[in-house]
Amino acid sequence: MELLAFGKTGWGDELFYATLMTVAVSVTAMLVGFIFALIFTPLKLSKYKSLNLIGNFYTTVIRGVPELLVIYLFFFGGSGAIMYVASIFGYFEYIEINAFITGSMAIGIISGAYSTEVFRGAIQSIDKGQFEAAKVLGVSKFAQFYKIILPQMLRLAIPNLSNVWQITLKDTSLISVTGLVEIMRQSYIAAGSTRDPLFFYSFAAVLYLLLTYLSMKLINRLEARYSRGY
Amino acid sequence: MDFELMFSSFPKLLGATVVTLKLLSASLFFGLFIGLSFAILRLNKNMFINKFAYGYSYVFRGTPLLVQIFIIYFGLGQIEYLRSTFLWVILKEPYWCAIIAFTLNTGAYTSEILRSAFQTIKPGIIEAGKSLGISNKIIFYKIQIPIAIRQSLPAYGNEIILMMKGTSLASTVTLMDLTGVAKYIISTTFKPIEVFIVAGGIYLFMTFIIHNIIKYLEKKYSFQQ
Repeated sequence: MELLAFGKTGWGDELFYATLMTVAVSVTAMLVGFIFALIFTPLKLSKYKSLNLIGNFYTTVIRGVPELLVIYLFFFGGSGAIMYVASIFGYFEYIEINAFITGSMAIGIISGAYSTEVFRGAIQSIDKGQFEAAKVLGVSKFAQFYKIILPQMLRLAIPNLSNVWQITLKDTSLISVTGLVEIMRQSYIAAGSTRDPLFFYSFAAVLYLLLTYLSMKLINRLEARYSRGY
Repeated sequence: MDFELMFSSFPKLLGATVVTLKLLSASLFFGLFIGLSFAILRLNKNMFINKFAYGYSYVFRGTPLLVQIFIIYFGLGQIEYLRSTFLWVILKEPYWCAIIAFTLNTGAYTSEILRSAFQTIKPGIIEAGKSLGISNKIIFYKIQIPIAIRQSLPAYGNEIILMMKGTSLASTVTLMDLTGVAKYIISTTFKPIEVFIVAGGIYLFMTFIIHNIIKYLEKKYSFQQ
């Protein structure tokens, strides 16, 4: 227990902040994923074959390649790509992007691919009559999406999105390879300096279990809210 | 684009793919046994056994695979007692540690897949077996298990693909699998995109093959023939 004391003598406060970092990266990645899903879901559902192809390419590649490989691509290729873009605009200094941004972008792109699949499935399972009824009643495209499709879609999507959240939360552990101090990295540091890896990695496992447990509780509430009337 | 690098790294990456496939097949093989036994435990009416099996799958599905590998590879070596037993021969090898971690992980997911497959078997099928005077044991082995396997094929196919991606974590415990070699080439040449295309292409190809094998099996064992 001394090992977990707060302050200078133990690793309690470090691990606490590391947990917050894990949550922050997961939430950011999830939001980045939603943005990607917002772009790619319409592409996958589009009438045009070429747009479908782009959407399918994104989800197939990201879901078929290991997360670690994607993270390495971002970690080693990220600043190079940004510097290349900057050089077009006439900026030639060295640019370093911080690990938080690289990490949440990499995990975000991965989680976006899963979210895209979830949204696509949810929209496709909405009864066709709903779209037609909206059209017949002269509801505008915008209102049709926000007032009719989205609320119904969320109810269907939330259980699967909760899976995506769990995957995203666990994937953030992989960012530790880039040096971002989240739970895994902090445990690695603590294990190295105290020579007690068994304790610290087990404690990391407990922290992850706690996070997944708490988020499940929260999501269940959300699910109940969106299932009113069913 | 450095095509020369792509060509020269291809054989190296292909060699590393063998390590990935070995890890995958070993952990799937052992994981299936663990998954099946824990699925059966989950169906047990004894609360204690039931809870134990649920706890196992909850812990292994609720924590990242990376933590599991690190606990087994770095953590278990710390226990003095283990070092003196024959288990140490296995646990000091990163290769076996990775396989143990992957096995336990995929076992947890497989047990959930199989459990839900067992639970979706229509009671009428079991009752039909009973009324024909077939013993419980034979009903289980000859009726329930084949149906459960068929039911769980699509979900198990996804699990195989997830596990294939999971084997990339072996590179964090010094194993030179496909991802490990890819990382090594990237960090020596600083050409991440080229290496990513080649290594990612190999992974995608494996995904494609697994996907099609499962699709074929689903068709072969489908109920509507």
